[in-house]
Amino acid sequence: MPKPQVPGLVKGLGVTLGTMLQTIKPKKLGGGAATVQYPHEKETPPIRARGVIALREDNCTSCMLCVRSCPDWCIYIEAHKELAPPRRAGGAPRKVNKIDRFDIDYALCMYCGICVEVCPFDAIFWSPEYEYSEPKIADLLHDRTKLGEWMETVPEAPALEVGAEKKKGK
Amino acid sequence: MTALLAVDLPYWAQSLLRVLGGTVAVLLPAGTIVYLFLFKMMSFMQSRLGPMEAGPYGSMQLFAEVGKWLQKEDIAPERADIRVFRAAPLVVLMSTFLLVAVVPFGPDAYFTDFEAGVFYMLAVSSISTLGILMAGWSSANKYSLLGGLRAAGQLIAYELPMVLAVIGVVIQAGSMNLQTIVIKQNSDSIFGWDGLGYPYILTQFVAFLVFMIAVQAELTQTPFDMPIAESELVSGYMTEYSGFRFLIFFIAEFATAGVFAFIASVLFLGGWGVPFAWFGWDDINSVDNWMNFGGPLIMFTKMMVLTGIIMWVRFSYPRFREDQLQRFAWKVLIPVSLVNIMITAIFKVAF
Repeated sequence: MPKPQVPGLVKGLGVTLGTMLQTIKPKKLGGGAATVQYPHEKETPPIRARGVIALREDNCTSCMLCVRSCPDWCIYIEAHKELAPPRRAGGAPRKVNKIDRFDIDYALCMYCGICVEVCPFDAIFWSPEYEYSEPKIADLLHDRTKLGEWMETVPEAPALEVGAEKKKGK
Repeated sequence: MTALLAVDLPYWAQSLLRVLGGTVAVLLPAGTIVYLFLFKMMSFMQSRLGPMEAGPYGSMQLFAEVGKWLQKEDIAPERADIRVFRAAPLVVLMSTFLLVAVVPFGPDAYFTDFEAGVFYMLAVSSISTLGILMAGWSSANKYSLLGGLRAAGQLIAYELPMVLAVIGVVIQAGSMNLQTIVIKQNSDSIFGWDGLGYPYILTQFVAFLVFMIAVQAELTQTPFDMPIAESELVSGYMTEYSGFRFLIFFIAEFATAGVFAFIASVLFLGGWGVPFAWFGWDDINSVDNWMNFGGPLIMFTKMMVLTGIIMWVRFSYPRFREDQLQRFAWKVLIPVSLVNIMITAIFKVAF
């Protein structure tokens, strides 16, 4: 004979009733809903949330790794070579890549974050900013100035855990 | 109705009043239940606020929803049995309107004073089964058909315990007239103490439980919502319905919940009445006229409490499996209510 299930049924009713009373209770007393009434009050996403991708243009060498690794092909980079003054006096002038175009099409992006992972020069970052919807789908293509502006919203990298290995070299 | 207004109305005016009253008695509870319980209570139980934008605290949301449904296209599947398909929701809603016709709301505020009221109520409530089966069969859709068949099996299975539970009350009251049952409950006394009247929930508590469980199943509310199990049957017999016809099904579901709660409060909680001893009334003829306005309010309050419980259970429990559902009706509820009838009959004869 299985045990009678009545206590569990009553307990279940208690859970829903408790949640209801908790939600009805005024915010001042520690009640309220778990949800946020979005357009009226903003939600604060966790700092590592994948909101939008920001670009630090100075770090980018247009190596094209992000473009090639993007599953959606939503990153477009065009660049040209320029001569820069040599590092040491008397050396040959360096060849550097100057970006002409760096676009991310957020209408295609699926927020996988592979580009951020793969970037060897710390030029691409996640930002938790999420309010950038547009009435026209073409406006979701963010160019390099707009991607650069997102850099302001990128949070500080969290401190390393105790005992974590420091980066070797430089 | 005529005595209520203390004027002699021509027949057409009385009929008009009855139609209006019936519409209010069906739609007002349905709207209140949907907003208060389906929108708000359910949201609170899931720790969210529910509709908040349409009107203060989302109170106009229902009108927005109705407007939305009315705008939608009325689609019927190509191979559906069109006439039956279109009639089905109306049959379901009709059963609700027929049900409310016997419910007394006050000493004179009733639609019909019907001697076999309980019998009529039980008979008419099963018309909705027919409508649901029509909807399931005529949709030319396997989900609808499965849902309709499940609904038919379930509604018939739970009709029986409901009937048997009501018989206990009928035996105790000695009448099938719902008005008489209300008056009995309010004019009787418990061992000479008349401060509470004698609501039958005290003696017929088992029957009340069985009745409420059966009502839950008749309304296909959640622990018994096999017929519209959305995770397996899309939406059961309602799958192919859209727009206005879906709206009718939707209204019928919650209006029937309200009407069944009305009936349960009449049978078990003393209906529209207050204990007659409070105001020194002896019988129905000495009840003050203001009860014709107070009675509906009392009924409405009781209805809200009962539907609140129905919805609370609905939002809390998971769904029965089909075989568990049938076993529960046939092996638990029916024997329990049969025993209840037996004990009631013995007490009735003994005292």
